[in-house]
Amino acid sequence: MGASVVIYGLANSAILMLAALGFSLIFGLSGVANLAHGGIYLLSGFVAWILVNKLGLPFLLAFPVTVAISGILGWLIYWVVLRRVRGMHLSEVIATFAVGVIILELFRYLGFVTFEFNIPVIMRGGTEILGVGIDYQRLIIIGLGILLALLLWFFAHYTKIGMALRGMAQDEYTALSLGIDSDWAAALSMALGSAMAALAALLILPLGIISINMGYEVLIWVLAVTVLGGMESTIGLIVASLLLGFAKTVTGTYFDPKYMEVVYLLSLVLVLAVKPSGLFGKFKELEERV
Amino acid sequence: MRVQAGLRKERLDRGIKARTDDIFAIGSPREIMYLTMPRVVVIAALFTFPLLKDFTGMYWQNVMMITATIALLALSWDMLHSVGLVSLGQALFFGVGAYTTGYLNYHLGISPYISIPMATVVGAFICTAILFPVLRLRGIYFGLITFALPLLMMRVIEATKILGGTEGMSGLTPLPGITIKLYVIIAVALVCVFGFQRLFDTDYGLVLKAIRDNDRTVIAAGFDVQWYKAQALFIAALPATFAGAFLSHHYQFVGMPAFAMDYSILPLASVIIGGPGSFVGAMLGAFILVPLSEFLRAFGTLRIVIYSLMMLIFVVGVPEGIFHYLKRKYHQFERVVSIEEVEKK
Repeated sequence: MGASVVIYGLANSAILMLAALGFSLIFGLSGVANLAHGGIYLLSGFVAWILVNKLGLPFLLAFPVTVAISGILGWLIYWVVLRRVRGMHLSEVIATFAVGVIILELFRYLGFVTFEFNIPVIMRGGTEILGVGIDYQRLIIIGLGILLALLLWFFAHYTKIGMALRGMAQDEYTALSLGIDSDWAAALSMALGSAMAALAALLILPLGIISINMGYEVLIWVLAVTVLGGMESTIGLIVASLLLGFAKTVTGTYFDPKYMEVVYLLSLVLVLAVKPSGLFGKFKELEERV
Repeated sequence: MRVQAGLRKERLDRGIKARTDDIFAIGSPREIMYLTMPRVVVIAALFTFPLLKDFTGMYWQNVMMITATIALLALSWDMLHSVGLVSLGQALFFGVGAYTTGYLNYHLGISPYISIPMATVVGAFICTAILFPVLRLRGIYFGLITFALPLLMMRVIEATKILGGTEGMSGLTPLPGITIKLYVIIAVALVCVFGFQRLFDTDYGLVLKAIRDNDRTVIAAGFDVQWYKAQALFIAALPATFAGAFLSHHYQFVGMPAFAMDYSILPLASVIIGGPGSFVGAMLGAFILVPLSEFLRAFGTLRIVIYSLMMLIFVVGVPEGIFHYLKRKYHQFERVVSIEEVEKK
């Protein structure tokens, strides 16, 4: 029991972190709380399904194509919708929320609700670690999750583009005076974040079937993780995913699986009530409350 | 409506407007008519509708019921927004009101004439108590917590099976006659609209408005912002909890759907479409959106897409909303003048 809690806790944490990476990237770099995250996540799943099953592409080719399509979609969402409401937080939230609902309910209307919708795993089969059976897909998720978090951290801290984006997030006027284009930075962060959402979807969705309500559920996961960790901190993201992933596994194993979703919502509410900047959030204390 | 090069559009207030938006200098019966007619026509139309039961059929009477409910929730949203609190979960207030009256009526057997008013006040107290610790939050953080709370309530009720669990509580005492019910709920909505408008004209309302515009200045002026926000929250919760309590006696059922996301999205979309900040706009939005979504019922979930799309278009393209647009057209002349004329002034 103990070993299985550790291993599945790790897997669940990696799933949470992967799902939240894109959202946290966008919020950290452009300050937009992208509530369309769940919609983009699910859209990528369906796009991959269409590419594989209707157009007959091999999955390994469909994978990068889907990620690229989602990235372009994020770029478009910024230029068509977000650019006009930039800086008005309420309007941004309502606009992205509306975009998310439109995507999800459009797929529901088009009939993407049956059990046939699943995308293939990268590698079939499984193995045993410490006597606990685990499939390769979850191992890949753990590995890629850690790799991506490291890559993202490296990108944000050691590449010119990453530093330009972070500069924009920290002090917009100074960044502008240094010649960084605000719209370009924000659109790029939307594109990257959406591509990350697609990547997460393509790795996580094969674990089950794709259902519309997953889109709303993912949004809750992501909000819980980012709020707990602190909205713009990479370490916070990792720690929060571990905390919530293990909390979820422990509740599922020792209590009732029905309480698993309550864990996220309760942590979201409690963290917002006690310390809204999260465990590792910085320099935003005064913007959040009076 | 592009204006040609060298020409500018000029807006002129009508002559009766004196100094500010709300003070008018009236000189003739015609001008009194001009000011009162819009209100009188709307109120008369609202109160005639329930009498046309044979003409419209029961179906549209029921739609009117839901419309008025959403209008109350939208009013509550607009009231919260006027204090700078953005709610993404009006379903919380609705659900708390519904479950309170459900508990009072189902378990304690209290008549709906007492349980609905009690649920309105007690429910508003409960909501204020729940949200009191997070009133300090600003901007989207308050929105996120209100987004999560109704979902949390739903999961908790589902998991712990309290208050009827997934089954809910059915067989609540019915209320008499659809006509009377409609009159009651429309009257309550109108009282809220005009009451809230009055409230914001008083000195008390001025403090509330100031909290929205710049809360730190209000603190610096020596007001207890949290206490004012809590009072505003209580007032804002009243119409929403009433709507919840009233509609559950209308359906004779309380269950988890009371916390459904519909009751959060529809009021929000109503206010965005109608125009925030004036209360009439919130109501107008509900009266446009809900009947429209009933017309679209044949399209299934496509109607959610359509009203989300409308919400998106309005928030991006027409942020002032329909009501403010109409009001401007009604109160101002527009004419095209040439640049030379403008420069001469």
